[in-house]
Amino acid sequence: MPILEISNLSVDFRTAGGQFRAVDRVSLSIDAGEIVSIVGESGSGKSVSMLALMGLLPWTATVTADKMMFDGKDLLKLPARDRRRIVGKDMAMIFQEPMSSLNPCYTVGWQIEEMLKTHLDLPKVARKDRVVELLHLVGIPSPKERVNAYPHQMSGGMNQRVMIAMAIACNPKLLIADEPTTALDVTIQAQILDLLARLQRETGMALVLITHDMGVVAETAHRVSVQYAGQKVEEQPVATLFSDPHHPYTAALLSALPERATSEHLPSIPGVVPGQYDRPAGCLFGPRCDFATARCVEKAPLAQGALAGHALCHYPLSQGKPVGHPGPAAILEPRLSA
Amino acid sequence: MNAPVSPEIVLEGRNLARHYVLKRGTFAEPATVRALADATFSLEAGKTLAVVGESGCGKSTLARLVTMIEAPTAGELRIDGKLVPFTTHVDKELRRKVQIIFQDPYGSLNPRQKVGTILEEPLRLNTSDSAAQRQEKARAMMTKVGLRPEHYDRYPHMFSGGQRQRIAIARALMLNPKILVLDEPVSALDVSIQAQVLNLLSDLQKEFGLAYLFISHDLSVVRHIADDVMVMYLGRPVEFGPAADLFANPRHPYTRALLSATPTTDPDKRSERIRLTGELPSPLRPPSGCAFHPRCPFVFNRCDVEMPQLKTRAGNVTLACHGVEEERI
Repeated sequence: MPILEISNLSVDFRTAGGQFRAVDRVSLSIDAGEIVSIVGESGSGKSVSMLALMGLLPWTATVTADKMMFDGKDLLKLPARDRRRIVGKDMAMIFQEPMSSLNPCYTVGWQIEEMLKTHLDLPKVARKDRVVELLHLVGIPSPKERVNAYPHQMSGGMNQRVMIAMAIACNPKLLIADEPTTALDVTIQAQILDLLARLQRETGMALVLITHDMGVVAETAHRVSVQYAGQKVEEQPVATLFSDPHHPYTAALLSALPERATSEHLPSIPGVVPGQYDRPAGCLFGPRCDFATARCVEKAPLAQGALAGHALCHYPLSQGKPVGHPGPAAILEPRLSA
Repeated sequence: MNAPVSPEIVLEGRNLARHYVLKRGTFAEPATVRALADATFSLEAGKTLAVVGESGCGKSTLARLVTMIEAPTAGELRIDGKLVPFTTHVDKELRRKVQIIFQDPYGSLNPRQKVGTILEEPLRLNTSDSAAQRQEKARAMMTKVGLRPEHYDRYPHMFSGGQRQRIAIARALMLNPKILVLDEPVSALDVSIQAQVLNLLSDLQKEFGLAYLFISHDLSVVRHIADDVMVMYLGRPVEFGPAADLFANPRHPYTRALLSATPTTDPDKRSERIRLTGELPSPLRPPSGCAFHPRCPFVFNRCDVEMPQLKTRAGNVTLACHGVEEERI
């Protein structure tokens, strides 16, 4: 049974220019012990969908969903009070900037202990011991002394370890890591990713890894969900996503990676992600797609089956060839140039 | 470096160093931070030299020296054959030859200036062109970097990150520089946009014969764009050589660790794993001997006593490592 089941989650923001849909009917289901990665460029709604799940969005946001089940509880019907008991305990989150996520006025030990105080019924001595144990678990050297350190006395990588210690303090069933390594150096990034993967293996929790780095996805995740302009455009196990992407966007994104380049000129995707005012009526990727036909402009595509990676496309790719495509003559010229 | 001396070399550093003195209270001894030490390199016109390393390795200090924002403390820096003095009062003609592009295109453009004004400002300050000439040059440059003519009267906030980086590139090229310092030019951009900007940079390099000093922490980008690579650790270059040789056969343990830590989408490349333990040491208290020895998996007794020099040769690559010199690694 999946630990988390979301179907058709949408998030709308009220802005000065009218309603803006940041997340558009995204579905996701995660089993216990699974690492699922959500990839996408900026503005693809990958963070917002998870913030909606955590209930951390501001009042300008409207969250709607057909179903939002976590660990047998319906989050949509749960009173706010009960929901707060879950958030932070069974469902925890790590953010991108460890330096700005931690409170500079309190020691890291105090901040980790706050989690235990809020959610668990532990006596004070047991809490203190647990904090030291947690710091040891996330690989901080001499944890007994570090309990009394302030965030500014530690490096970015160490602070991220503290964030992880806070998140796993109450043995969550689901851990959401939002770009946990983007602000860190590569050698530290490798350490943090190893740490997350080890903790996930040892505790058997489910891990959602939000990132824009395809390399991180390839090395860490079991299953990948690709988002574009607020929609989920593809979902596949990690190996087949990289060997046989089904959505033209995923394919284009992968071939734009410098490490996959075969020529001096990188194959780039023309144009930019549609914004609030230039959202196309049909397929959102249509104006940038190499295979777009008149049908793509007129009609928004429906998600394909599991065999085609749930691709949100009229002509999903199979080994780089669009299936059911009327042929090169039907392709419209890309209307946006770089 | 021992590269053959050719008239084409536009940028040359020899034992270049930059130290900062840090006051630590009224009675304490001031401390010296050696942000950059013993940097020796050369860059030819039309080529790209990539500087790679983690935070605190001195790559941004190097950029500040090359752009003459700061003066070197010791060593020699030659730009287009001319020696840069130890002051920041540098000849205007020399300054025109080096331009810089910053990482964050949102912070590096004045939000109150129109694109046209931004592009014409370097001409207004440095040349005696008339307003009409300036506008003509600005419009010509806009076409070259892939901006449309109607963008001339727009403000930076009306552009996306990739387009802003195009504006920053156009601005840097207005005075026909010889050297372009690119300080993480694509790390703030999304992958699809990153490819567009990298393509533009390589087109412009061919067209104008520009020399690029490319500062980056992203090794897959460096591998794609660079001719030569200099790997730095805690203010010192540890390995320098042609990109092809260095990536095919990295010798210095730090370079190897850096390469193996970079996540890759290709499962075949993921065979060898060197995981570094520990963090970067503070530049205020660098370790004795080789700065990398506390984190190095191949450390032996000589490493914490003696500082290795950038002189061990392995093919076309020069590196600073006792282990490689003694053929232990």
